[in-house]
Amino acid sequence: MKYLLSLAVRSAWNRKLTLGLTLMSVALSVALLIGVERVRQDAQDSFAQSVSGTDLVVGARTSPVQLMLYAVFHIGDATNNIHWQTCKDIAANPLVAWTIPVSMGDSHHGFPVVGTTTDYFAHFHYGEAEPLTFRGGKPFAGLFDAVIGAEVADHLGYRIGDKITLSHGTGDIGLTEHADKPFTVTGILARSGTPVDRAVHVSLEAIEAIHLDWQGGAKIPGFSIPAEYASKFDLTPKEVTAILVGLKNRASVFKMQRAVNEYPAEPLLAVLPGVALDQLWQVVGVAERALLAVSGMVVVVGLCGLIAVILASLNERRRELAILRSVGARPMDIFLLLSAEGLFITLSGTLIGMALLTALTATFAPIIQSHYGLMIAPRFISPDEFGLLGIVVGVSLLASLAPGYGAYKLSLADGLTPRI
Amino acid sequence: MTNHVIRIDNLAFRYPDADNVCLDIRELHAEAGDRIFIYGPSGSGKSTLLGLLGGVLTPERGTISLLGHELTTMTPSARDRLRADHIGFVFQQFNLIPYLSVTDNVLLSCRFSARRHSCAVASGTTLHDEATRLLDHLDIASELRHRPVTQLSVGQQQRVAAARALIGRPEIVIADEPTSALDAERQIAFLELLSRECIAANATLLFVSHDRRLASGFNREIALPSLNRAQIAQEVA
Repeated sequence: MKYLLSLAVRSAWNRKLTLGLTLMSVALSVALLIGVERVRQDAQDSFAQSVSGTDLVVGARTSPVQLMLYAVFHIGDATNNIHWQTCKDIAANPLVAWTIPVSMGDSHHGFPVVGTTTDYFAHFHYGEAEPLTFRGGKPFAGLFDAVIGAEVADHLGYRIGDKITLSHGTGDIGLTEHADKPFTVTGILARSGTPVDRAVHVSLEAIEAIHLDWQGGAKIPGFSIPAEYASKFDLTPKEVTAILVGLKNRASVFKMQRAVNEYPAEPLLAVLPGVALDQLWQVVGVAERALLAVSGMVVVVGLCGLIAVILASLNERRRELAILRSVGARPMDIFLLLSAEGLFITLSGTLIGMALLTALTATFAPIIQSHYGLMIAPRFISPDEFGLLGIVVGVSLLASLAPGYGAYKLSLADGLTPRI
Repeated sequence: MTNHVIRIDNLAFRYPDADNVCLDIRELHAEAGDRIFIYGPSGSGKSTLLGLLGGVLTPERGTISLLGHELTTMTPSARDRLRADHIGFVFQQFNLIPYLSVTDNVLLSCRFSARRHSCAVASGTTLHDEATRLLDHLDIASELRHRPVTQLSVGQQQRVAAARALIGRPEIVIADEPTSALDAERQIAFLELLSRECIAANATLLFVSHDRRLASGFNREIALPSLNRAQIAQEVA
């Protein structure tokens, strides 16, 4: 048995060019499969960690997924806002440690504008409870100050001190500009890999100020309040879109959720971000599962190539198999010899593939992190990946039986004198 | 009676999907130390006879016994074992495994047979020394032993194959046209070497060839066409 294995290895080495190429295709397909699985896992993790430390997200009554979409991901619009009084009531609840009100609806070159308070920079956390940090500048202080996310700054090439104007509504074209009230960039946030990267943050008062001379979603014709006079008005917000709530004690989250859902003055919805994010991932996750399926198929193609190469070599090896038979090899030995080859190549292909992936991850992780905000941590094989690799090796074991069986039949038919 | 090394009686063989019997031998006996030349032109059933003797084919009727072991009553794997332990084969050409060294090719017989392994080292030498001794006897110069076997000439390859057939002192050596790829001069030289080593090992040599000129130097000559009644029956028909 041991000698058969050494024969299999030496025979494979003798055909190292063909088998080497096949080995590489198996290695690459395994690297792709596990790579996709890792990106998928990391994307899901970073998605699930788009917001952390926030115990409840509160908005007007709608579906939990939709509330998460607009409150955290700034996608779509709220159907209803909530009153400022509600906001104050929730903040005053003894269970509540902090609140971050957010007000949405404006945009800047397609990037969402988030009206909020400076509490945002203090209490908003993402990932494993990481706070937002500034790449440069500081939180907004003046009425027309803005803090922009890293993506906004990089994409539009903004620096501290640049003037920007906001547009009414969301989208990129056909929007009315708040051109009379330009903002100054006072801070740029460091990249977090979350929707914060894509947002322009201003104060709630600023949102009020740019809409002073607006009514019903349109500028009042012939009426205009210049920027310098805006601060003379009462800029207390009347409404906000959603509130992120942090509790003093996480254990009271369901109690607080019930309290919000039963709030008498207006219909509200409080969702636990983790639960809603999971629901949301069910929707988004279809795409990445398809990606995994495609890379699974690449592995199947790689294994088919491997089996084809081994089967093709069978004919040239009839002589060799007859010699082995003549010195006493049993048909079962021939079967094992050929089956071992396929398995041996898949096993080494898997190892090389994993080594390749580790090397690639180590090399490109910083670039991916800074360009896509996706954190791909170099790491040891996870149980899920072990499962995938197990399937690959299992399938290859089954597939390797084909050339083994072919050789078995051939050596039975050929006996000691192959008809070539 | 029982000291026959090879004993074939009333043997008939038919390939699974063939209409006619391909081999029909009434009797073929060989004793220890016999050197038998079997003359067989192509199509006379040579390969079939070799397959039957090697135990990879099973006859339709009749008996084949090697060293008192009745092949027809043995399991395929027991026949494989018997072949490994007691028969050395030399084929027409391409006798060597291309990815093994000269020495490893010779030792291949001992890898599949514990008996031949222990016979090879019985006189107190190592496996390696025994292979070297045989290769020396068969005129394979020591500098050739580290070359890939594919770089050896056909004659050298056949001599290495002979060493593989002889190592571990099998009782039977079967050579199937081992000289057909050699020129006339080398044919004689190879035959002499092979005969000499078989005599030294007291092995029964079965030498199959279509070339009658090689028959001198054997102590028996059998023409397969006249031995094989199936052939005669077909020719008459």
